Amino acid sequence: MDIRKLTIKTAAMALRKKEISPVELIEKFYERIDVTDETIGAYISLEKEKALEQAAKASSMIDDGSSLLAGIPMAVKDNMCTEGTKTTCGSRILGNFIPPYTATAVSRLGEAGAVMLGKLNMDEFAMGGSTENSYYRKTRNPWNTKMVPGGSSGGSAAAVASGQAIFTLGSDTGGSIRQPAAFCGVVGLKPTYGTVSRYGLVAFASSLDQIGPVTKTVEDSAIVLNAIAGRDKRDSTSIDTGINDYTQGINESPVGMKACIPVQYLSEGVAPEVRSKVQKAIEYYESIGVRCEETSLELADYAIAAYYIISSAEASSNLARYDGIKYGYRSNDFNSLLDLYKNSRSEGFGDEVKRRIMLGTYALSSGYYDAYYKKALKVRTLIKQEFDKLFDEYDFIIGPTAPTTAYPIGEKEGNPLEMYLGDVFTVSVNIAGLPAISVPCGLDSAGLPVGMQLIGRAHGERTILRAAHAYEMGNPFPIAEEVSHGL
Amino acid sequence: MKISKETVLYVADLARLNLSDEESERLSDEMGRILGYMEKLNSLDTSNVKAMEHVEPVSNVLREDIVEESFERDLILSNAPDEQDGAFRVPKVVE
Repeated sequence: MDIRKLTIKTAAMALRKKEISPVELIEKFYERIDVTDETIGAYISLEKEKALEQAAKASSMIDDGSSLLAGIPMAVKDNMCTEGTKTTCGSRILGNFIPPYTATAVSRLGEAGAVMLGKLNMDEFAMGGSTENSYYRKTRNPWNTKMVPGGSSGGSAAAVASGQAIFTLGSDTGGSIRQPAAFCGVVGLKPTYGTVSRYGLVAFASSLDQIGPVTKTVEDSAIVLNAIAGRDKRDSTSIDTGINDYTQGINESPVGMKACIPVQYLSEGVAPEVRSKVQKAIEYYESIGVRCEETSLELADYAIAAYYIISSAEASSNLARYDGIKYGYRSNDFNSLLDLYKNSRSEGFGDEVKRRIMLGTYALSSGYYDAYYKKALKVRTLIKQEFDKLFDEYDFIIGPTAPTTAYPIGEKEGNPLEMYLGDVFTVSVNIAGLPAISVPCGLDSAGLPVGMQLIGRAHGERTILRAAHAYEMGNPFPIAEEVSHGL
Repeated sequence: MKISKETVLYVADLARLNLSDEESERLSDEMGRILGYMEKLNSLDTSNVKAMEHVEPVSNVLREDIVEESFERDLILSNAPDEQDGAFRVPKVVE
């Protein structure tokens, strides 16, 4: 059995038919991690003993067929709390943090029988688009190890792409699931805001953060969402969506649906090869009976400015809790309480996190609050209204996930603004709280994956899943076995 | 746009961060460029637009006021950098 090819569906089948036992399956994945992770760098920590224990317990659930996820090896971005397992958030400041509780999304996977192999690398506090901002290690793109895997959920995407886990959880504040999924040639879904509980997700920007799956197939994405979605009394922003089964209707044809392509999404700022792959995908949709029309999103160009003000402002407030008192890193060097705060924070946070805290504190400070923060919140209203209007007429929006494919490690270091501009197609989705999925739509001439993003209306997950699934069926993409040659 | 070094140091103090000379110089340049980029929002007329903190149509989510078990004190203190007699230990704060 080549475990690199396994999806949730095929692995569940193999487990059910007893072609492999859950314990053997987990052991095989640790072997794969042993062989590949020195190069890929997807994991921050492993929990082999616990995983094998869990796998042994999964048998009864596999036999009674109650959960497709029973015995399925998965891994979790290191910003989701896991009781008894270190949760670093990619930061020095949480280097020794062992949470006393587990995030709801993770515990729901556990209840469904999924087995957590370990915790995944990420940009510190999920701030970044390349996973180069981790305090612990750099993650490499399995398609070409000189390239970044994207970020901030770079570990989550690289682990799936290199066959180190069947699926993973990531978090997406401005594209952090979708962009690494695009760079690594896997499927990444950001659900509608409120669909998945944020309880136990280390907060970055609370009004934008959302947990979602990274998988090899669109159907797997829906299967994972089924397990993690739903109201949670511990997160008052989580809601009951009324959707019980996200796989429902996934196999139906999207014929008759209406899609639009904002001209801004295929402008000159997009790499020509990315543009042509997405255009080909649009032609495919037309060929299967989806009506595709060009439209305009006038505010697309303002989303990054609004996003970086709002997210940094929320981050500066959320990260005020790291003070070296109750948990996390404490400096050894202090004479007063103020010293302790300042030294612990200055030694514990990395450059990008400090930059965002500074930007956010500035935007919220007296005299600048109205000009920056309040202004950005008003633009947020306008962006949401513009999307709402499009969804009066269309079922989903098509565009590239990112303007380029993966770039070389180190290329954008020292140029924060350029890094931010790479988020041009993803951030507006978080600003408006919408669901969006990134699916692979081909390789560029350098052999790197291109991602296509489908955006849906609020709670329109089943629409974009169906459309993405139809594309995937007609345009099979090489999954893990063709990746990481030599690995 | 220019952000002066004094402003950078003032904001750093609000954010409880120490910055080296090199850091504050770099941040004054970077913040200037990033905030300069954000000025593009000023070209949008928002005079009659309501600010949106949150996209959800829900507010004031309440629950029944029921006593539930909380975390064990020792468990919470196990993550503390310094503790004594069941409490977090900090430097002297009252002179």
